Amino acid sequence: MPWSEAFLESQQTHTTTQVVGRELSYTQALNEALSLAMALDPNVFVLGQGVDDPSTMFGVTKGLAEQFGSPRVFETPLSEEGLTGICTGAAMHGLRPVYCHNRPDFLLLAFNQIVNHASKIHYMDNGQNRVPMVIWSAIGRGWGSGAQHSQAIQGLLMSVPGLKIVMPSTPYDAKGLMLSAIADNNPVLIFEHRWLMKQQGVVPEGIYNVPIGKGIYRERGTDLSIIGTSHALALAQQALASLKEQGISADVVDLRTLKPLDHEIILESVKKTGRALIVDTGWAMGGVCAEIGCVIAENCPQILKAPIKRVGLPDLPTPAGHTLEQLYYPSEESMARAILELLNPIGME
Amino acid sequence: MVINFPYQGSDFEDCGDFVARYEASFLTQMFHSMLRIRRIEEAIESQYHQDQMKTPIHLVIGQEAASVGACSALKKSDILYCGHRTNGAYLAKGGDLKGMLSEFFCRKNGCVGSRGGSMHLLDKSVGMAGSSAIVAGAVPIATGAALSAQLRGDDYVSTVFLGDAATEEGVVWESLNFAALKKLPIVYFCENNFFSVCTPLEERQPLDTPIYKKAAAFGLHSVQVDGSNVLKVYEAVTSAVARARRGDGPSFIEVPVYRWRGHGGAGDDSASGYRDPAEVADWQKHCPVEGYAGFLQREGLLDSQQRAAMEQQISTEIAEAFQHAEQSENPTEEDLYSHVYCN
Repeated sequence: MPWSEAFLESQQTHTTTQVVGRELSYTQALNEALSLAMALDPNVFVLGQGVDDPSTMFGVTKGLAEQFGSPRVFETPLSEEGLTGICTGAAMHGLRPVYCHNRPDFLLLAFNQIVNHASKIHYMDNGQNRVPMVIWSAIGRGWGSGAQHSQAIQGLLMSVPGLKIVMPSTPYDAKGLMLSAIADNNPVLIFEHRWLMKQQGVVPEGIYNVPIGKGIYRERGTDLSIIGTSHALALAQQALASLKEQGISADVVDLRTLKPLDHEIILESVKKTGRALIVDTGWAMGGVCAEIGCVIAENCPQILKAPIKRVGLPDLPTPAGHTLEQLYYPSEESMARAILELLNPIGME
Repeated sequence: MVINFPYQGSDFEDCGDFVARYEASFLTQMFHSMLRIRRIEEAIESQYHQDQMKTPIHLVIGQEAASVGACSALKKSDILYCGHRTNGAYLAKGGDLKGMLSEFFCRKNGCVGSRGGSMHLLDKSVGMAGSSAIVAGAVPIATGAALSAQLRGDDYVSTVFLGDAATEEGVVWESLNFAALKKLPIVYFCENNFFSVCTPLEERQPLDTPIYKKAAAFGLHSVQVDGSNVLKVYEAVTSAVARARRGDGPSFIEVPVYRWRGHGGAGDDSASGYRDPAEVADWQKHCPVEGYAGFLQREGLLDSQQRAAMEQQISTEIAEAFQHAEQSENPTEEDLYSHVYCN
């Protein structure tokens, strides 16, 4: 087993959930969502480089080609812009594409079709056309992924009208949000995180939907609100657990989707705790953390007991080498430090 | 006098046999359609300076045979996508004139509710599926429409108009490769008018490799025909559409044409120096509309009385459509916020 895979194995965790029942891995949950959606609707098709190769997109598309046939599950030429436009046109004419990419970095080749076309067509066409498509990718981190295989670009896309952005963090959500995304009549970008993919969690059988645009409390507490999605939130939750003995408790708000953004749950929680730690897997500058921070600052500045704190990536490209990587990424320890600083801000003690 | 891009067709000298192959009414109908587009464009141009049409315009004057020849080969149910110079194809496909002019006048009842403007015309009722103001942007989208027809077993053929400069965008070749790979039912219709805004073809592409040959190298059935000759365009597109419908895959058709006006706005801008006005004048000698009128007259299919009746009918239609647009309501603030997301 290459050490990268061994490392991923070590990231296995169990989703904390009240529900008991059948457990699946994160990728099995996604695979089941795709299989159910394809069985339900003959217009759903799956494409991407690797969806029908031995790796089957980390196992997410495993068995689909055998089950549904190659016209509906196919490998693509390396033409990200072209294929995104092709998906857009197919979606405008009755199909529901799910276009899978190993990494979000490759979506940067398709920005013309995502930003100039797919996101705007429903509006520009005065509601006469719709673009129901899913663009799926998995954010990488570590083992030398570097500046071009680890980017979390949700912040670049958050300001584009007409898009929806989904960032699941549990097997249950991964399946329910994939089913919601496929059923949605708009272009939906799903950003998974590679480090969440070995999780096991309770996943109900059959079709169910996790609503797009609605966050959820993972924990309830009093001292601060930790707000974010995906692996960044998981890291923050680990940090919080390490501080439990010090009597620190927090609301942990998993937004699940970044666009539409659930202002209600953000403001409800921050109005209760008065402190906000905002976390994201992307760059802190001008990104998701900045937007959420601004929502809080604009709506309830008088309630804040301490300045907003954000933990994202520094304003640097991701270094590829191991040592620099350790210095670059937030860790459980740095998240814990951020929590403590928020509770005891310098100059406000 | 510098003519970089001379007309290289044969006018209608070799077209006598067309008369036996087609109904007279069809041949005159194509003339009517071209004349109508010319007059509509002239009317838009003549009123543009009044600043009531607050939208960029990209006139198709000089390229009418391409619009009409191609669209006459399509069924209403066939899908058409375009680029920014979309007036001709929209009208030739049967797009509603009132909807188009209302869009130009920024009215609520414009064909896309004043959200798209002149570079985004659309009339789904006649298969005019959309246009993109990003050069080559609609090319993969049209390819996706063809993929949908193939996967769903629908009978329509997808068609997309693109310009010479679009073939400098990588996404065109990505689309052609995919269409050839999957044998998609699509026709790529390339109007090569030699200029991208003011930049001539020789500064953008090696002239010794014609565009249609590049498409052929990607595995498409690919031809070049005189874009000022409506009959030759019609036959080339008819043949390509038949191939697509038979399941024989995509075609690429390059038609050299000439844009009599500037890239955008009213009037010819040759005086600015990017092309010799003599080149425009030379192409005007091979006018697609009057050249075809002369052919029909020589063949006894069009007389001055019929021509006058057409002019009269077109002029009345245009006047009514302008009046309709000018008198239509503007959109409101409420309209601004609708259709961001589709429910």
